[in-house]
Amino acid sequence: MEWETVIGLEIHAQLATKSKIFSSAPTAYGAEPNTQACAVDLGLPGVLPVLNQQVVRMAVKFGMAIDAEIPPYSVFARKNYFYPDLPKGYQISQMDHPIVGFGHIDIDVNGTKKRIGVTRAHLEEDAGKSLHENFHGSTGIDLNRAGTPLLEIVSEPDMRSAQEAVAYMRKIHDLVRYLEICDGNMQEGSFRCDANVSVRPKGQESLGTRAELKNINSFKFVEKAINIEIERQIDLIEGGGTVVQETRLYDADNNETRSMRSKEEANDYRYFPDPDLLPVEISDELREQVKADLPELPDAKKLRFKKQYAQDDEIATTLTSSRQLADFYEAVVEISGCEAKLCANWVCGNFLAALNKAGLNINKTPICQDRLAGLLKRIADQTISGKIAKQVFEELWKGDATADEIIEQQGLKQITDSNAIEAIIDKIIADNPNQVEQYLSGKEKVFGFFVGQTMKASQGKANPNEVNKILHNKLK
Amino acid sequence: MHNKTITELAKDLREGKFSSVELTQSYLDRIKKHSELNCFITVAEDFAIESAKMADIKLANGDASPLTGIPIAQKDIFCTQGTKTSCGSKMLDNFISPYNATVVEKFNHSGAVMLGKLNMDEFAMGSSNETSFYGAVQNPWDTSTVPGGSSGGSASAVAAHLTAAATGTDTGGSIRQPAAFCGITGLKPSYGRVSRYGMIAFASSLDQAGPMTRSAEDAATLLQTMSGFDPKDSTSMNKPVPDYSMGLNNSLEGLKIGLPKEFFSEGLNDSVARVIETAVDEYRKMGAEIKEVSLPHMKLSIPVYYVIAPAECSANLSRFDGVRFGYRCDEPKDLNDLYIRSRGEAFGDEVKRRILMGTYALSAGYYDAYYIKAQKVRRLISEDFKQAFSEVDVLMGPVSPSTAFGLGEKTGDPIEMYLADIYTIAVNLAGLPAISIPAGFVNEKPVGLQIISNYFTEPHLLNVAHKYQQTTNWHQQTPKGFE
Repeated sequence: MEWETVIGLEIHAQLATKSKIFSSAPTAYGAEPNTQACAVDLGLPGVLPVLNQQVVRMAVKFGMAIDAEIPPYSVFARKNYFYPDLPKGYQISQMDHPIVGFGHIDIDVNGTKKRIGVTRAHLEEDAGKSLHENFHGSTGIDLNRAGTPLLEIVSEPDMRSAQEAVAYMRKIHDLVRYLEICDGNMQEGSFRCDANVSVRPKGQESLGTRAELKNINSFKFVEKAINIEIERQIDLIEGGGTVVQETRLYDADNNETRSMRSKEEANDYRYFPDPDLLPVEISDELREQVKADLPELPDAKKLRFKKQYAQDDEIATTLTSSRQLADFYEAVVEISGCEAKLCANWVCGNFLAALNKAGLNINKTPICQDRLAGLLKRIADQTISGKIAKQVFEELWKGDATADEIIEQQGLKQITDSNAIEAIIDKIIADNPNQVEQYLSGKEKVFGFFVGQTMKASQGKANPNEVNKILHNKLK
Repeated sequence: MHNKTITELAKDLREGKFSSVELTQSYLDRIKKHSELNCFITVAEDFAIESAKMADIKLANGDASPLTGIPIAQKDIFCTQGTKTSCGSKMLDNFISPYNATVVEKFNHSGAVMLGKLNMDEFAMGSSNETSFYGAVQNPWDTSTVPGGSSGGSASAVAAHLTAAATGTDTGGSIRQPAAFCGITGLKPSYGRVSRYGMIAFASSLDQAGPMTRSAEDAATLLQTMSGFDPKDSTSMNKPVPDYSMGLNNSLEGLKIGLPKEFFSEGLNDSVARVIETAVDEYRKMGAEIKEVSLPHMKLSIPVYYVIAPAECSANLSRFDGVRFGYRCDEPKDLNDLYIRSRGEAFGDEVKRRILMGTYALSAGYYDAYYIKAQKVRRLISEDFKQAFSEVDVLMGPVSPSTAFGLGEKTGDPIEMYLADIYTIAVNLAGLPAISIPAGFVNEKPVGLQIISNYFTEPHLLNVAHKYQQTTNWHQQTPKGFE
């Protein structure tokens, strides 16, 4: 039988605010346990939440970017369950009236475009963390993360393969970083994902029973976890079994999913509107402000790059994959005044390769846009050759000097003076009579030998066009 | 000196008739002498004397506010830094708050002296103060009767002159009913007038703190200090605070008083009814016009309240889980055992009953039938009041169908206890301000007159109460043995 997979994703994006969603405690990652939790985060008796207005703006921004409906008001609700790292015994979230309504995202898989519906996005607070190591059989609680603002983005079950799911997740990942509402750091848990996966016989309209895969924290794992779950479900059904609705945990070490709890064991969360918080009204004024602040979005930027810089899809996709990289590229083009293509080749080539090799993000680049532009200028005006440029690039990476300073200090300026090149060539012809003879007797390949020797003797600085020209003349 | 109102005490302190330290000591002595009333959970003797010394310096320097040096006491529901805050529960018997409630901060700032923390029904759930982990409180008018609840310790302490004034909180009548039972003045302000920050939540959409005093004039002074917008409480109203003392003596000529007929129907004790009618007559003499009005949905206020309040409390009390603070059972076997035994051993029956009711009302499949429906009826109740206030300025009626009942008399029948709150609960559901003032006695037990006014019209409410107290002396009566 042929099977069809149905996937929906729930993405938790941590909003990049300085303070928590309902208190003024800082959100910085990695502090000593319980040093970034105030009375409100600890859920002490008598404390009350006060909404951080920044998160409202960020959520509205996201809603506008996915062309979603943004209702005039939204409501916070209490989601009740007991867990030691949930200080109040309830999580403040949103249920019936989320801040962002229905929207959509377009993905591109192997050149095919597809529109994925976004059911809703709502605001909520994160819980703390239970620490099971180093407590001699007890469990430690770290509440630093408690109250960190999250935007939960829920998709429609519109994806039909793990590949589509990854494409969708990447697209959301790009978008939240473009909007500067989430740092997207998956290792620190700033961007994580649960996947609802089911299978059905191809052609069947009703959905199969789904399993929810929890807590998948990399693109690679999303793809692997979904694929292994699809395989499990198909094997199960074809072997005469049935899929049960349950929550499953992906185990990356063994590449398998394991049952966490079944539907019967699931909590009744008893959602009800939080009486400590007023409904959030989204005024027209706020809408206008956020709209005015909205940056150029990834799809629009890519389209513009293709047109304005005559780029192919691949280059434009790479350059617009992050707002910082796109900005960097455009700055290099502007400062250097060089051809867009030369700039694109360098940014996508040597520059990105060096960043990747060093494991650095664009905002940590050791070569600023001015210094890279300085290098490209010297390539364009033929002060240095492409080969020497790579050498200069490495120097740029290591230090603070400009391309001009490096070229000057290391004497890397290209030799274009034909007399100087002629002198070098004359010496090489004189030193290699055998090769001259070979060439003159018809072995044209030997020409390359003379070019190589000349470049070597000039330490790569001789202008290759000049070298070719003079050699042709001398070896007639 | 303990027989004086705050206005009189403030005058005497300024004139140097006695110091705040002397005044404070005299109250501390009375608290000790009448400890059998069981009004206080914690007496903060050293703290009080220290504060009084500071107040005396302020008084001497002439930079005193109307409350500087005046001894007051806090209901034990308000978090007080460094002093135990128990909320009347075993759960918080070991809890010392690391921060002050906004109300407490405001009193500290005003220079008032805090004598200690007052007894109350556990987590403010009760109408007789009998659910307290620290034992029942006696009513000084008849020590075999209850003082009312949940602010029973506050009412009894003010009536017995163990403090010049006290704070209370009112979720369904918890200020007004004990004020009525103990013959004092108790004001529940409009919802949002006083910050709830640091006041341990029972039912967040209903809870409101207010003053419990010997006169409406004193209530005005305390409310002045307690009121105001608090950025830490999203439900507090960002509205300027008027001068509550300024209009106290305004004429009541032409005042339109509405008597909701539902307040005078079956269930009301005849003698109590007569006291209320006499009080209303007093207003007629002052030039007020009396009119019958109707609050047709008021009879639904008890079932509505007993869905909404327990629903909210079931979530509010989840934080008491034995993990971070408060009571933890000995030797828990595992996490579930920790939860079950910590909560099972530390919560009293009434608290458990309400958590169970609330959890049930919010459960899947019942939520729409209970919680959503209750919210709809709540709106209808508010509409009733809106309609009434389009016809009259204030509403008057009894606070409670009877006077203080005997200790232990109703503990076996929670429903009967709940039903006795019929006249107070609707006011909380609507979020309106209301006051209880002493209006006479039945069998030597005080009867309270309830006056309800429109949203944020506390100055008017206090004016109406104060004028009555200018022509009557019910509020000046002192129980025998506590003169």
